[in-house]
Amino acid sequence: MAHFNKNSLHVDWVLVLTYLLLVTFGWLTIFAVTGPDTFIDIFNFKESYGKQLIFIGFSFMLIAILLSIENQFYEQYSGVFYIISILLLLGLFAFGKNINGQTNWYAFGSFTIQPSEFVKVTTALALSSLLGDNLFDLKKFKDLRIVALLLFVPIVIIVLQKDVGSALVFFSFIFVLLRKGLSIQFFWIMFGIAFLFISTIKLGLSPTLIILNLLLIGFFIYATKKQPLFFRKNMVMVITTFVSVNLLIFLSSFAYSNILEPHHKDRLHLWLRIEKSPEKIRELKQTYGYNNNQSIQTIASGGFAGKGFLQGDRTNGKFVPAQYTDYIFSAVGEEFGFLGSALVVILFMILILRLVYKAEMQKSKFARYYGYSVASIFFVHFAVNIGMVLDLLPTVGIPLPFFSYGGSSLWGFTILLFIFIKLDGTRLDDF
Amino acid sequence: MFGKKGSILFIFTILSGLLFLVRLFYLQVIDDSYRNNPMNNSSVATKYEYPNRGFIYDRNGELLVNNLVSYDVMVIPREVKEIDTASFCELLEEDKDFFIKKMEKARKYSPIRPSIFADQLSKEDYAALQEKMFQFKGFYIQKRMLRMYPHPTSANVLGYISQVNEATIEKNPYYQMGELTGTQGVEKQYEEELRGKKGVRFVNKNIHNIEVGSYKGGKYDTLSIPGKDLTLTLDLELQQFGEWLLNNKWGGIVAIEPSSGEILALVTAPNYDPNIMVGRERSKNFNVLYNDKFSKPLFDRALQAQYPPGSTFKIVNILAALHLGAMTPETTTTCHGGYRYGRGPNDFMACHCGTHGRPIAIREGIFRSCNSYFATTYKRSLEHFTNPQEGLNQWSNTVKKFGMGEFLGVDLPIGQKGLIPDAEYYNHWYPQKNWRASTTISNAIGQGQILTTPIQLANMVATVANRGFYITPHVVKKIDGKPITNPKYTTKKETGIDPTLFEPVIDGMQMVFESPGGTAYWSQLKGVHLCGKTGTAENFIKVNGKKVTLEDHSIFIAFAPRENPKIAIAVFVENGGFGSRIAAPIASLMIDKYLNDSIQNPVKAQTIHDIDLYKEQYNHKKTLLGLNGTLQQK
Repeated sequence: MAHFNKNSLHVDWVLVLTYLLLVTFGWLTIFAVTGPDTFIDIFNFKESYGKQLIFIGFSFMLIAILLSIENQFYEQYSGVFYIISILLLLGLFAFGKNINGQTNWYAFGSFTIQPSEFVKVTTALALSSLLGDNLFDLKKFKDLRIVALLLFVPIVIIVLQKDVGSALVFFSFIFVLLRKGLSIQFFWIMFGIAFLFISTIKLGLSPTLIILNLLLIGFFIYATKKQPLFFRKNMVMVITTFVSVNLLIFLSSFAYSNILEPHHKDRLHLWLRIEKSPEKIRELKQTYGYNNNQSIQTIASGGFAGKGFLQGDRTNGKFVPAQYTDYIFSAVGEEFGFLGSALVVILFMILILRLVYKAEMQKSKFARYYGYSVASIFFVHFAVNIGMVLDLLPTVGIPLPFFSYGGSSLWGFTILLFIFIKLDGTRLDDF
Repeated sequence: MFGKKGSILFIFTILSGLLFLVRLFYLQVIDDSYRNNPMNNSSVATKYEYPNRGFIYDRNGELLVNNLVSYDVMVIPREVKEIDTASFCELLEEDKDFFIKKMEKARKYSPIRPSIFADQLSKEDYAALQEKMFQFKGFYIQKRMLRMYPHPTSANVLGYISQVNEATIEKNPYYQMGELTGTQGVEKQYEEELRGKKGVRFVNKNIHNIEVGSYKGGKYDTLSIPGKDLTLTLDLELQQFGEWLLNNKWGGIVAIEPSSGEILALVTAPNYDPNIMVGRERSKNFNVLYNDKFSKPLFDRALQAQYPPGSTFKIVNILAALHLGAMTPETTTTCHGGYRYGRGPNDFMACHCGTHGRPIAIREGIFRSCNSYFATTYKRSLEHFTNPQEGLNQWSNTVKKFGMGEFLGVDLPIGQKGLIPDAEYYNHWYPQKNWRASTTISNAIGQGQILTTPIQLANMVATVANRGFYITPHVVKKIDGKPITNPKYTTKKETGIDPTLFEPVIDGMQMVFESPGGTAYWSQLKGVHLCGKTGTAENFIKVNGKKVTLEDHSIFIAFAPRENPKIAIAVFVENGGFGSRIAAPIASLMIDKYLNDSIQNPVKAQTIHDIDLYKEQYNHKKTLLGLNGTLQQK
């Protein structure tokens, strides 16, 4: 199987070019956020922008290594990688460095590394390897259990280490499972529960009950008219739907008023625009909503064309907390305006859509599911991070790939992407 | 493209991408509230520039109030981080112990609120420190504007400034928390003129609160408008002399220039040094003054105290009778040691005029202050009409023309109405309306129900001096060097009384000083014809529901010179005894001081100054008021 020929590597230039553009744009933005106001020395390695330059250099070295490794290596050793990375994650409990109450890092002097960024890669590899097996069937409970275990081990550990944002990323694998044939109902049920919960909070208990029941009744009447025997045929389904919808609404209401802490409620109120008292809104914007509020003000102040590179007064004034990590997109918004921000959004869309497209074209199932995993992970990072920065989602600490400062995340994403580029690039020889 | 299963991620990506693009377009292109409103932009700070508050001068240009700029080094203990203590102390010219002590004190007060670290820096120290301040995190310099009073006088007129309260901020959005505003006296009444208008500057700032330039080149900035200076009508020397004379007494002196209504002196005693109501000590001192129940120094007796005017009211009484046609200057009465107004054994008003049944007319009635004459006058006024109700109303309306019984409208924030009763007043107490002139006879001699404030009495005597009109008394003469134009303080208010009717009354008032037996014979001045009238008001206080008689109030009204009067004055001294004892000499001395700028009889002035009514009254009042301890002399 293995007559690997170095000359037959055909990298997908769309992906590589998008990657290079994003990394470059990302570094410029980090420079804008962390750079000095007056004296400029891009090779000042004590500053964040200088360090990021080193990280980028390392990334290129990683790319060279990744592209020269045989495809089989990734598939065969995926289990080993997965176990090593889980052990590293567990090791944090003993040796982790505490930064802001979270122990997500190993420290080597001033240099820190975050294993959870790499667990994403190893989990994607391990999952793809499992799903790539033709005998593996998600409709079998035994197999489903293995997948669940594979995903929930890292999720539980990461949540225990209080890194909710990273844990959230693992839910992106639902897209991969759907592709493999997980019943789409799982997805709609999850979606439906979230929808019921949010509408109960937003509209209140009684209005939600009335509206949804009316909608359901309306739907069933319509269905009966079209198909007179509908009701008799689907009696069990109809009753189950009614009961579960109503039950879920009551449960949501109960959970909201009895389980959620006041500060959770405040966040939800702010996010769902429920709070109407201007004083309370102002207070919330100063506390829970402070970051998001500063962030959208900064973005909005950029206008159509932006204030210009290094000209963002709010960025220079350090108004947005954590602007060089999670909130970096706000700096793009301020300095490059709508044009620049739209470009970044479009670049990410190209990256993800191209990954999905390329994944579909893989002959190797392992490569196909891996491609899907990569696309899903990028999607969650893209959607959650920018959604938060644009104040569409509540605050969740999750980096924007290639933009947020940090070696671990840059390397994690680079490895993630280039393993796929490698798998994709050598597919012609792969039989 | 690749089946249903794979399309979900595809659709989600496109949907969220489009949602983001729409959201970005809305924020950055459509919704311009963040870009065009400087207040909405938190990197733009609003800075207020406070103009200097206007100065206040007396009528002769003597400075009464100015501003003292002081710089305080403030500290917020929790924000103090990694500073070079040694060089900081060196800059402040203090030692390390000072630093430790002050920091401890500040921390004890509050770790998160600013405390004063070092106060009242000189301008040179400020300049040196200002440049290096950025090195010392947690410290900053605060400019503070203090009011300064070069002369420790006239606190009741000048008032003071203090931080605005929330009620004021709610009513008037001009003010922000922590700003200063006039709270009493001229400072309050002329707040808008004195304060000017603060300027607003929008500046770009970074998160460390360091200015990095003006917002949009200062397009939205406004300049501050400096406060206007005020020139008061007060004569500083006269005012201070009045305060000196009222030393250790309770009372008020009001002197008015009759032709203009300008208040030359507005003295209340006891008073306080306005400098104690400045800056950080104000609230402490205010409480001390407020709780002084014995002296009540915050009570402006010249404006707020309502006393029975006593015999000084006889002047109004006779003028009313002449005006109403109830009496003529030629009408005579006789006095047999008093006036019997009813059949009961107690219905008798004693009189000490000593005329023993000799018929007396208006002039002698006035200078001897004959109670019988004025009781007759009052009775005739009321009985001149069909019934006592109408008579009293006619009389009351005439009296009110002198500015009594209503707010006078002085340009100061406090005042009292006094009381001039009318028919309705007595109908309330006598529901059957069975009262008659004799029932209210005490009004004839300024006792009974009548109450006036010293300024009303001064205004009354100014009206007499003007032969029938007055201009509402006021304390501000010029604003920013320009004479005031408010018609309220420039137009005459006529009483409607024929000017010729005043002459016999004024004759009598002149004889009060110049005729042997006149009640102020001993207070006359050489070279000037004074006209005046003594008053002595009985007064009571209620202790546990029982009326207790206190020493009489000593009252005097006067104006001078007789022709072209320059000054009209009213003097009240609480519990000072007869009008001739303290009030008359004070009026005479004040007039002398104002007209001649010297005092003919310094010995008398010293004697009056030395009279200590506090001591005389203290033990008596102490038991009545339930005060503890011994007298604290000022």
